[in-house]
Amino acid sequence: MKDYQAGYIKLALPKGRFLSPTASLLAEIDLGFQDYNDKTKQYRLRSARFPGLSAKILQEKDISIQVAVGNYDLGICGLDWIEEFLVKYPAGALVKISSLNYGEGSIHVVASAEAGIANLDELSDGRNDYRIVSEYPNLAEAFALNLRMRRFRIFPVWGAAEAYPPENADLAVLWGKSGAAIATQGLIPLKRLLPVTAFLIANRESLENKDLSQVLMCFSSKLTADLPAKAWQAGPQTSIENEFDSSGELKGPRPLWQAKEINLALPDGHQQAPTSQFLKRAGLALQGYSEEVVSRRPSADLDWLGIKVIRPQDMPLQVANANFDLAITGEDWLREHLYRFPSSPVKKLFALGFGAVKIVAAVSQEMPVADIDELRSLVQSSPDVIGAPLKVASEYIDIADRYLRDNHVNPYKLIPTWGASEAFLPEDADMLIDNVQTGKTLEQHKLKIIDVLFRSSACLIANKGSLASSDKKEKMEFLTQKLRAGLE
Amino acid sequence: MKNQKCKGMQDLLPEDMLRFRRIEDVFRACCRSWGYREVRTPTLEYLHLFTATGTLTPSMLSKVYSFLDWDGWSGERVVLRPDGTIPVARLYTDNLSGQELARLFYVTNIFAFEGTGKENRERWQCGAEFFGGAKLAPDVEIILLAEEVIRRLGLSHVGLQLSHAGLVKALLKDLNLTPGEEAKMTNRLLEGNWQALTRAKSADPEIDRLIAALLDLKGKSSSFLHNVRASFPKASQDFKSSLEDLINVTTVLDNLGCSYKIDIAAIHGFEYYTGVCFQFLAAGEKIGGGGRYDNLVPLMNGEDIPACGFALYMDPVMQLLPLDKEKRGESEILVKGKELTPEIVKTCFTVAESLRDAGHTAELDFTGRKESNYRWVVMVAGKETSPFTLTDCVQKRPRYIGASTAEILKVVSEG
Repeated sequence: MKDYQAGYIKLALPKGRFLSPTASLLAEIDLGFQDYNDKTKQYRLRSARFPGLSAKILQEKDISIQVAVGNYDLGICGLDWIEEFLVKYPAGALVKISSLNYGEGSIHVVASAEAGIANLDELSDGRNDYRIVSEYPNLAEAFALNLRMRRFRIFPVWGAAEAYPPENADLAVLWGKSGAAIATQGLIPLKRLLPVTAFLIANRESLENKDLSQVLMCFSSKLTADLPAKAWQAGPQTSIENEFDSSGELKGPRPLWQAKEINLALPDGHQQAPTSQFLKRAGLALQGYSEEVVSRRPSADLDWLGIKVIRPQDMPLQVANANFDLAITGEDWLREHLYRFPSSPVKKLFALGFGAVKIVAAVSQEMPVADIDELRSLVQSSPDVIGAPLKVASEYIDIADRYLRDNHVNPYKLIPTWGASEAFLPEDADMLIDNVQTGKTLEQHKLKIIDVLFRSSACLIANKGSLASSDKKEKMEFLTQKLRAGLE
Repeated sequence: MKNQKCKGMQDLLPEDMLRFRRIEDVFRACCRSWGYREVRTPTLEYLHLFTATGTLTPSMLSKVYSFLDWDGWSGERVVLRPDGTIPVARLYTDNLSGQELARLFYVTNIFAFEGTGKENRERWQCGAEFFGGAKLAPDVEIILLAEEVIRRLGLSHVGLQLSHAGLVKALLKDLNLTPGEEAKMTNRLLEGNWQALTRAKSADPEIDRLIAALLDLKGKSSSFLHNVRASFPKASQDFKSSLEDLINVTTVLDNLGCSYKIDIAAIHGFEYYTGVCFQFLAAGEKIGGGGRYDNLVPLMNGEDIPACGFALYMDPVMQLLPLDKEKRGESEILVKGKELTPEIVKTCFTVAESLRDAGHTAELDFTGRKESNYRWVVMVAGKETSPFTLTDCVQKRPRYIGASTAEILKVVSEG
C-alpha cells in the first residue's frame, strides 16, 4: 500500500547504457545520490539531500514495469522500453514526464540485404509468412499490425537480433546507432520506429496523489527548457518514419552467406569463453570465436557447417524451429523452454561439463523460514507477514511457475526479471528463483537459499527432425562425436 | 483471501441468465423458423485467420487476446475469438463450401481487451450468416430476421439505420488520398469519427458537397436515395452502382412496411463489409448490426461466395429486456421437511419426485428459513398418520391437512 503522507519517494535508476549520463545529470541537479556511478556495487541508494528520497538501480527493461505497478514513483529509462510497455498496455499507470535529452540511436525495422525486401508495401501485400525477431516483441507486433501484414510470427529474443536475418528471420526490430551503422552489419533499415532517449517517467497514481514536487523541481531545468511540448505524454508514441529514401545509399559490406547443411549455435556472454575452450579441446577449429574477437558468424574448417553466435536463452526456441540443428546452451534454458512448450522438438544430447550453476529459491535472511515447506505454511497461515500474494522474482518464469505450483505455494505472483533478481528483494519481491555459482552474491545481499531446484550446466541440444533426417544424419553424428571428444 | 473476479469479466447471475436464455430462445426459434441451422466455432482460432483477411482494423487487432499455445514454439499465435463472423466464415469455408446456400446461426462469446476494465472484455452475441445466393433478397432477409427477433423480444423504440459500405468506399476513392492516408481515414471512420470525412477536402467541390449532404441528411425512404441520385449526376460509377443496390433494398423494405433511417455512418467497426449495412439502436445504444461481406470467403481462399449476416449484442439487449414477474422462474412448490430424520428426508424426496413427474417444479428444503414466493408449500412431518400439510401461499393459510401424495397432486394441478 502506498503511504501518501510519509513524503517517502522512490526512484528507479538505470544500469547499463544510461548509467553514466544519468549519474552526471543527477549530480548536476544535485539529487544527492553520490554513490550512483559506474563503480557502485550496491542496488539501494539514499539521497543525502532529501531524507525521504531513496533509489534503486535496476535493469532498464524492469524500470517501466516497476514504475507502472507502483513499486517506484519515478524512474529513468530509455524510450524504447517505455514504448515496448505502453504499446501493449496503453491504459497502464505509466506517465512519460519528459525526455531528458540524452541517449543515442533509434529502434529500426531492418531486413537483410540478402532478403530482397525492397519496400514496406511488399510486406503487407505478400502472402509470405514473415518471421520477425526482436528484443522488443510488443513493438514488433504493433509494427506488423499497423502495416497490416497478413501473416507473421514474432520471435522474442534476449539479444543479438542482428544475427538472425536472413536465414533465421526475415525482419528484425532492433536498436541501431544510425541507418549507416545498421548497413555496416549487412542489414537494410526499412523504418525508424522511435528515437532512443532517456525519459523521466512516473507512476500515474503517485503523480496524481503524492507530493513529488521537490524532486520534480530539481529536474525542471532539464525538462521544460528543451522539450516543453513533449512533456506529460501518457499514451504510446507511435510516430513512424520511413527510412526508404536513405536506404539506397546505405550499402554496407554484405556478410558472405550461403546455406549450410548443418547449423550450429554457440553462446555469447559468460558462456563464450568456456565454450571456446571446450571446442578447442574437441579439436574444432573456429575463426572468430576466440576471447579477443567474437564474430556473430564464426567460421569452421568444415565447409558444410554454418555457425552463429546468439544468446543461450534463445537457443532452444531457435533449435525447435530448425533455424539451428545443434546448439550449446544451458540445461536451465532448455528446461525453461520445455516447461513452456512440452511438445517442442528439441532434445538434450549430452552435458558438456562446464558452466555449472544451481537454480535456487532464496528469500531474505530475515524471513522466518528455512525451507519451502515452512514458506508454504507461512503464506497460508499468516499472509499478512509477507503481504499475500507471495511475490516471486525470476528470469525463469516457467521454471518458477512450475516450482511454486508443484510445492502448493498459493497464492503467488511472478515478477519476470532480466537477471539480477536479487535487486528486487526484499522491497519488491519476497522470493527469487535464479541461478547461482557460489551463493556469495546472495549472501552479500542478505539473502538465504531455502531450496535447490536443480543443477544445470552447459549441454548440447539438437532438433529432433534434424537427428532423424536422412540428409543430415551422417554429418550430425560426425559433429556430435567430435564434440563428445571434448568432454573431460 | 477474498476471491476476486478477473478485470473486465462479468458474472451472470440467475436474473441475468433468465434474460440471457430468453434472448437465446427467441433468437434460436426465429432463426430455425427461417431455415437457419445452428453452428458453434471453437474459442481459440489462429491469429493469422484475422490478420490474413485484412478485415479487422489494426486498432481491433491490438486488442485481441493472443498468446502462444503449449505447442506454440513455432511462433504461431492463437487468439480468443475476437469476432463472431470471421470464425463462422472459416467454418463454412472449411466444411460447407460445397453447399450453394448455407443459412447458419450461432450464439457465442467474443473477447476484446478494453483498457479501463469497466466495460466488458467478454461479450456475448447472437448472429446469423447467409452464405451464397444473389444480392437483394438475402440482404432483405437478414434485416427482416433481425427485426423479427427484436420484435419478439418485446423491445420497444428500436431504430433501424441503413448504409452501404460501397458508398463509403466510393467516396474515399474520390478523395484521391494516398494509400497511407486512405488507410488512416478508413480506421477513423471505422472507429466512428465520420467528421474526418468532411475535413478531408477533395480537389472536386462536387465530392465535398456530396459528402456534406450524405452526412447531414437522413432519409426515411427510397425516395431520398432517388433524390441523391438526381442531385449528384456526376458521382462516380462505383458510387452510383452502390446507390442502386441500396435503392433496391430500401424499395423492398418500403413495400413491406419496414421503417428505417438512411445514415451513411451506420457502419459498425468492421472492414469486411462490402454492401448494404445496417444497425439497430435502442436508447441511444447499438444493440445489433450487420451487412454484406462478399470478399470474406474468397479472402480465406474459399470460393467466390457472397455472404451477409447480422449479430445482436446480448449485453445491451439484456439491459433493455422487460422481464415479467411470472417469468422469473421461481420454484412453484416447496417441499419442506419438518425435521432432518432419514424417514422425513426420504418422504420429501418421494413427494418431490411425484410432483416433478407430473410436470411441476418442486424444490426441497430442510432448514427453518421462512419461505417466500412459492405457490404451494408441502410440509412433511414425522410419523404421524397424516404426514403432509399443504399450504396455499396465495390464500396464505394451510388448507389441506392430512393430504396424501395423490391428493396433493390433484390440488396443485387444479391450481
